[in-house]
Amino acid sequence: MSQSRALGRSTAATSATKVRGRGGLLPVLLVAPAVVLLALFTIAPAVYAIFLSFRRMKVGRGLLGGGKPTGVFAGFTNYAATLTDSEFWASLARMLLIAAFGVPMTVILAVVFALCLDAKRARLVGFARLAIFLPYAVPGVVASLLWGFMYLPATSPIGGDVVDYFGNRGIFFSVANVVVWGVVGFNMVILYTAVRSLPKELFEAAELDGASELQIALRVKLPMITPAVAMVALFSVIGALQLFNEPTTLKPLANAISSTWVPLMRVYTDAFVNNSIYEGAATSFILITMTVAATVLVNVASRRITRRQSR
Amino acid sequence: MTTMELTRSVAVQDVRSRRQRINWAPTIILLIGALYCVLPVLWIVIASTKSNDELFSTAPFVPAFTGGFWTNLRALFTYNHGIFGRWVLNSVIYAIGGGLLSTAIAGAAGYALGKYRFVGSTVLFRTIVAAVLLPQIMLAIPQFLLLAKFGMTNNYASVLLPQLVSPFAIYLCKIYAEASVPDEIMEAARIDGGSEWRIFRSVGAPLMLPALVTVFLLQFIGIWNNFLLPFVMINNDHLYPLTLGLYGLMIITGGQAAQYSIVIAGVLVSIVPLAILFLSLQRYWKIDLISGGVKL
Repeated sequence: MSQSRALGRSTAATSATKVRGRGGLLPVLLVAPAVVLLALFTIAPAVYAIFLSFRRMKVGRGLLGGGKPTGVFAGFTNYAATLTDSEFWASLARMLLIAAFGVPMTVILAVVFALCLDAKRARLVGFARLAIFLPYAVPGVVASLLWGFMYLPATSPIGGDVVDYFGNRGIFFSVANVVVWGVVGFNMVILYTAVRSLPKELFEAAELDGASELQIALRVKLPMITPAVAMVALFSVIGALQLFNEPTTLKPLANAISSTWVPLMRVYTDAFVNNSIYEGAATSFILITMTVAATVLVNVASRRITRRQSR
Repeated sequence: MTTMELTRSVAVQDVRSRRQRINWAPTIILLIGALYCVLPVLWIVIASTKSNDELFSTAPFVPAFTGGFWTNLRALFTYNHGIFGRWVLNSVIYAIGGGLLSTAIAGAAGYALGKYRFVGSTVLFRTIVAAVLLPQIMLAIPQFLLLAKFGMTNNYASVLLPQLVSPFAIYLCKIYAEASVPDEIMEAARIDGGSEWRIFRSVGAPLMLPALVTVFLLQFIGIWNNFLLPFVMINNDHLYPLTLGLYGLMIITGGQAAQYSIVIAGVLVSIVPLAILFLSLQRYWKIDLISGGVKL
């Protein structure tokens, strides 16, 4: 926070004198609201969470007894408490299980739909594009309620009385399905625009060489949209790490979902139900670190793939 | 002349015959995808026409015409002194207010970063790119703790303010400003004696309109769909957005199947207006901004 404040000050000081005539104070004034809000609502909360994560509550034991509880420095005890808690790892494992199914599904389905939209002489293209995009407008909570009724034995139109959608195993598929349903259309549109921006001459050349429609799709179009596919995958991975709305909404319907079912639910439960905000802060910082690590990992992997292809 | 006409008519015929042959494989795949995405919504529309008894007793995809639809809607909007209408209004306030303000903020910042070079602009831009990777939702709880420290939770501002700045939106605006606001026009406007502010208002902002519309719609949907932030910030049900209200309704009625038809009507009401709004605005979006702008 102090760093960004210093940054803002030095910007204001120099631009007024140095860059006058090429914008003057205007650019500084234009970025100012964003900088202030970014400092107040992104950087400050993150720093404050880190600060809290290193503290613990100490109940004062004065001579007269009682006294106000105060926060004192706690070192890494909160981190240790989270990292040694088997339920934390279990919640992480559940999240990864859902992601292991959900992320590939969103990406693969989006790729398939995007390539089908671009296929020659395919029908219903406009209708399908709108229909598949539609769930993106449905809030996650509402999508979960909607699918909740689809899964509930009493109301299910998809055989909820035969299939146990809320069972200990089925629940992972059920949650992943809500996520896939909500995201696949958005990913599809991103990939479709990427396919559309490819030069048409390439496909015509491949066609003249005798390549089939399917071969062109898989061997020419798909490799050329790898960067967009990687980006979509990255969005999906970040989305998986933030899994909260869907399991929270399905919880009243499904006994298999506990209050610490996925990591973010655990942070919420720690902070607001168990009243241990310090441990919650440590857990959320661990999660943020993991998210950034995952992002970097996906980034590096996609760069390597792109480089290998351009060789 | 005649050969040209001949080849043209052959070409037209060729196109016609090609058009008549349907490429079945992709068409069927698309149809299955469309059904997967639309059927649950269609089911909700049909289920909302049924009374609670009919919900459990009639065929799932056959609507009832016994007037259940209006009964359900009336029950929904009169529930708890009409609090549902209040939730709709709150969602509109959060999404339109937050959407407009955050678009203005992102547009201004993106324009400044894209078209001017000032001390710290590179560092600032790098910070914003890094912030894109930081999931906003994970900040909701730290944001609550910080705001609570200053006694600023449980009001409209506590939900609106944290959503006003979106690093991703600033990033998109910067890329777009760089690509579509030409230096030459800005230079010409300067020669004509326009102030930098005037240039931004009458040259920069209009040229950035497609990006601004896209950012507004993305922000609007993002805020409309947000659940965790209001979930932690608000404990007065008069300030709930739709998402939180429906969740609360489900919690209250969760055990009692007798209330399902109210929740189903609520789900329908929260989907349909947004779906119409955003399907009708679909051609004004520039989603290629997202796929073209982000180069990994």
